[in-house]
Amino acid sequence: MTNQWLAVRKPLPQSKAVPTAVMSFVLPILLWCLVSYIPFVWHPKIEVTNTGDVSYFKVGMLVDKDKFYEESNKMLEQEKSLPEGNRANPVYLPAPHEVVVALYTAFTTEPKRRNEKWLHESLWDSIQVIFWGFFISSLVGVPLGILAGTYHFFSRLLEPFIEFFRYLPAPAFGALAVAILGIHQAPKIAIIFIGTFFQQVLVVSNTTRKLDQSLLEAAQTLGAKNKSMLFKVVVPGILPDLYRDMRILLGWAWTYLIVAELIGTSSGITWFITQQARYKNFDNVFAAILIIGVIGLTTDIILAKLGKKAFPWQKKEAMA
Amino acid sequence: MTELIAELQELETNLEPADYLKQSATVKDRFNRLKQRPITLEISNLTKKFETPKGTITALNNINFSVYRREFVCVIGPSGCGKSTLIRTLAGLETQTSGQVMLNGKEVAGPGPDRGMVFQGYTLFPWLTVKRNVMFGLECSGHGTSASEEQAMQWIEMVGLGKFADSYPYQLSGGMKQRVAIARALANQPKILLMDEPFGALDAQTRAKMQSYLMDIWQNIDITIFFITHDLDEAIYLADRILVLKPHPGEVQEIIEVPVPQPRSPEQMLSPEFLATKKRLEELIHPPCASQSSGDHLDVVKMVNKNDEVPSVF
Repeated sequence: MTNQWLAVRKPLPQSKAVPTAVMSFVLPILLWCLVSYIPFVWHPKIEVTNTGDVSYFKVGMLVDKDKFYEESNKMLEQEKSLPEGNRANPVYLPAPHEVVVALYTAFTTEPKRRNEKWLHESLWDSIQVIFWGFFISSLVGVPLGILAGTYHFFSRLLEPFIEFFRYLPAPAFGALAVAILGIHQAPKIAIIFIGTFFQQVLVVSNTTRKLDQSLLEAAQTLGAKNKSMLFKVVVPGILPDLYRDMRILLGWAWTYLIVAELIGTSSGITWFITQQARYKNFDNVFAAILIIGVIGLTTDIILAKLGKKAFPWQKKEAMA
Repeated sequence: MTELIAELQELETNLEPADYLKQSATVKDRFNRLKQRPITLEISNLTKKFETPKGTITALNNINFSVYRREFVCVIGPSGCGKSTLIRTLAGLETQTSGQVMLNGKEVAGPGPDRGMVFQGYTLFPWLTVKRNVMFGLECSGHGTSASEEQAMQWIEMVGLGKFADSYPYQLSGGMKQRVAIARALANQPKILLMDEPFGALDAQTRAKMQSYLMDIWQNIDITIFFITHDLDEAIYLADRILVLKPHPGEVQEIIEVPVPQPRSPEQMLSPEFLATKKRLEELIHPPCASQSSGDHLDVVKMVNKNDEVPSVF
């Protein structure tokens, strides 16, 4: 009887795989609940419920545990009334239920000022920035990558410079992008572009190079010339791998979003996050971060499903 | 001393020819007719050298050989004799260092649809259905979609895969894939079909079946076949003539006219002509002296306990 749970490179049976995948989400949430709801786990602060005679305490105030006991000892010595309070976590760690409530209220709360945006409007701005940045990058990057992967000429012409440029951090171009493109959406799109494009060319050219050489040879012996090799063999041959690359690259584009949105006038989900952090509404901050995660994961799952439909000639298990 | 050598030579010429050289009248007659056919492929002084960091390696050295129209030629030789380099050069996938390859009297350079190629690794385009795979070459040469579809279907029917025309390669077995690859190469109506160990990856039964399919195709259409294999039986069973190469550098060692009468059937594999040819090939490919020096046996120390329950059974 082999160990079914930890068999090297063997798929888990469906009955074990599904609960395991669920646990991957349940475990971190459980940990979060543990820290939030069990009073003797961590809880380094004390929320004052009764100030007693401590002059600077206020009801609802969060005080360091040590400070609270120090003050309460002082009061004991002076025979004054003692402060009371419950153990609590710092304000930056809201409990799960608070975040769940915030997830709802964040969408329903009217902006404080008239020129500010609703959360869903901010989110829509962010999605547009990502979309355009990634779209423009792909429009140029994918063809260049395919050319570099197919023709040694283009590989030599493009890759050395791109290799160099991809080490330059995209945010470093923030000020430049604002100077050239203004303070609104354009410089943000530019940052997403810079963050994605150079990686994209290299990743796509690598994928192109991985196409089985013998398919190209077979095409040649069937009479395919240069152009038909490119369009009838290389491009269709790499499509599934290219699609997978694009899914990964789209994830990278999201990681540049927060930096991009801080450039010029802060906007989108980042504006919402910084604004809420300023008001110390950390439950809202968590809610916004979760939303980014959910959007990312959902698009990826949808894209993976579409991929299975789009490439019926792939073996079922080959598609991740 | 010189007298002795002369005497020996005389003796040799007076000797009966080796068994594999004996041809019945019909076989002899067939070879005579075969050699009067036009030459499809002519290889002259073909040499291929590779530059490596360790120096120049001569893969093929001065190969001369002609293939007649509708002839079936097998190439055989120990590994490293340049079989693959030879066929890849003929296909135009490698460029020779010197020498010429002529197809129907015209020199060829670079790959082209006049020389169909079947690879050991199938090389079907996985994103195309069987039908579209076979149509690939036709479309490259400018046939319209409907015309090439019609032609492709004929070739697919010929290899017996009509039912699988709309399947993708991953849904086919190895033998079926290779039949598609053959149909795909033949659809271009090449002058010669180059086959690089095409059945090497197949199991024994499938391979036997594929050999007889290939014979059926070859007998019924106007095609010349140049076939690389390392399987002696396969070479004798399929070939009119066998080109035996020797390694380091790759050179022609002998050209054997297979004395087994055509058309072939598997029963002939036990006929005296077949066995005589096989014996000769064995001698050429595995010379007796080489097997001792290169160590056909491992130096294994006996590690079975003397008092083992199962003592030596040898």
